[in-house]
Amino acid sequence: MLDKADGQIITENVRLVHAVGMHARPAVKLTKLAKKFQAQISVRVAGAAEWINAKSVAKIMAMRAAHGSTIEIKASGSDAEAAVAALVNLIVTDFPDEAS
Amino acid sequence: MQGGAAGLAYRGRTASIGFAHGPLVRVDAGTNGERIAGSLVEEALDLRKAIDAASGQIAELAAIAGGEAAQILEFQVALLEDEDFIEAIFTAISEGDAADVAWRSALDEQIADYNSAEDEYLKARCSDLADLRDRIISILRGGGGEAPKIPSGAVVCADDLPPSRFLEIDWSAGGGLALLRGSPTSHVAMLARARGIPMVVQLGAIPEIGATALLDGEGATLELDPSAEQLRLFEKRREIHRKSRASARAILRRPTASWRGERIKLLINIQRVEDLDHADAQYADGIGLMRTEFLLAERGGLPDEETQYRAYDAVLRWADRRPVTIRTFDAGGDKPVPGFTIDGEANPFLGVRGLRLCLARPEIFSVQLRALARAAVQGNLRVMFPMVTAPDEFESGRKLFAEIVQRLQAEGIAAMLPELGIMVEVPAAALAIATFKASFFSIGSNDLAQYVLACDRSNGALAPLMDPLHPALLELIARTAEHGRRAGTSVSLCGDMAGDPRCLPALLNCGLRELSVNASALAQIKQTIDRLSSGGGLG
Repeated sequence: MLDKADGQIITENVRLVHAVGMHARPAVKLTKLAKKFQAQISVRVAGAAEWINAKSVAKIMAMRAAHGSTIEIKASGSDAEAAVAALVNLIVTDFPDEAS
Repeated sequence: MQGGAAGLAYRGRTASIGFAHGPLVRVDAGTNGERIAGSLVEEALDLRKAIDAASGQIAELAAIAGGEAAQILEFQVALLEDEDFIEAIFTAISEGDAADVAWRSALDEQIADYNSAEDEYLKARCSDLADLRDRIISILRGGGGEAPKIPSGAVVCADDLPPSRFLEIDWSAGGGLALLRGSPTSHVAMLARARGIPMVVQLGAIPEIGATALLDGEGATLELDPSAEQLRLFEKRREIHRKSRASARAILRRPTASWRGERIKLLINIQRVEDLDHADAQYADGIGLMRTEFLLAERGGLPDEETQYRAYDAVLRWADRRPVTIRTFDAGGDKPVPGFTIDGEANPFLGVRGLRLCLARPEIFSVQLRALARAAVQGNLRVMFPMVTAPDEFESGRKLFAEIVQRLQAEGIAAMLPELGIMVEVPAAALAIATFKASFFSIGSNDLAQYVLACDRSNGALAPLMDPLHPALLELIARTAEHGRRAGTSVSLCGDMAGDPRCLPALLNCGLRELSVNASALAQIKQTIDRLSSGGGLG
């Protein structure tokens, strides 16, 4: 059995409500937030083959997630649960300007 | 001295209005100076130092610029802090690439990727990335990334100019920007407009001569080494511009118009995207009517979906969060379109026109609705159908639109059904207004007047009968406004009446609180409402 503290992989799905999809501003906010966590965090557009490092703005932009697409988030590490919750919150609240 | 450029004038496109008269300064992408690569370790170290230096420069720029500009730069900073992205470049260096070569190829790859995107927004990011690429390369080549000294008040001429270079120039003493390429929708154009710096783009080729320049952002002209006569005319245009701006600004800059304590929304009508270049357009509460017939007038036949999408998208971006009402094709009547409208109608004004025609030609209408459905996700879009007589027509239009949205979404394309409304221009629609389940109404007073007064508005012999203040017309307007008030549905008026100060008291008394006028009439209408509100007459 995996140790819950750091071995478990946390996953969550969330719909991208941002009007123009994952463009520069949302991508910058997402990666900034992801970098606050120790956990290794990956995202992908639901169904995509490849998982993408949530801390890389270049890769998040290249993902070309459109408005209305579903984003899958997975994380592993000591603060994985908090990381996933924070990212889901950022996306469902449509990347508010004060995402502190 | 070569005299070849003297008195020459070049025409481009307006990106930001205003006038500049000053020394001509050419700024070219700093590709001069070859760099000699060092050892693998030295190369890696050089790039690391260049990245740190660039981060510092950009952060400093962002702090000075603030707001929108800071957000543009934030993406560049994020990219420099992207370990995955940077690591790949260091890997290339460890495999023998020189620092500048590795950096350039990584950035060029990103730029090519963005450039291949369908999305205009992603394409626009290319210039931000090129900006970042050139900044680092300039530092690596020992340039320190310092901008060349530009005298204040200069007319800066470049092929294109990245946003960060624009921000490095001291514009405090005015000046202007003349770009040989560039685009009015670029970030740098946005910055120029925000700063009130005149800017003309797409000037094409200009000879490498000329010491002083006149830049007219309104006429979109650049004149090199002007003659005394050119200078005199330029100063005259500048003076006219200054005076009209001063009076219009004074009125327009005041808070929103109100009458008897109620807010009056003032929107603008546009015929084409370029109408947004009007200096006063920015003060509108939104776009009350965007006509789309200009798309049908372009050469090369009926417009494809992409052409239409780009036009709608550009307007929505301009409007930001303000509402934009786009009217679907209003062809027919006095607006025949080859390949679309029906020839040989005995009475085209009472014929198959407006929504009637669109419903009869679903293959053409569907293309427009697809483009609108895609644009709807970009901003606050409302779509209205012209020339509607019966609720069934409106529902048929809505049904077709909803199907198109569903189809797009099934294809995985971002799309949504915008708020739908109708133009109230057929008397029957005005009289039976409560039978329409529309989200908003817009009174097209020109057609409504000609139908209710039975006068062809283009027939000069009937001019005395074409009275916009005829009680029958005002009765229909008042009924529509009253219905809107009771039903909580917005009602605006977008015909010529709205821009006619003499009609304003009647329109306000009819209960209208939203008016849509040409940008050039905005200041006068706002001023008139102010006067009426403070108990004055029309003045």
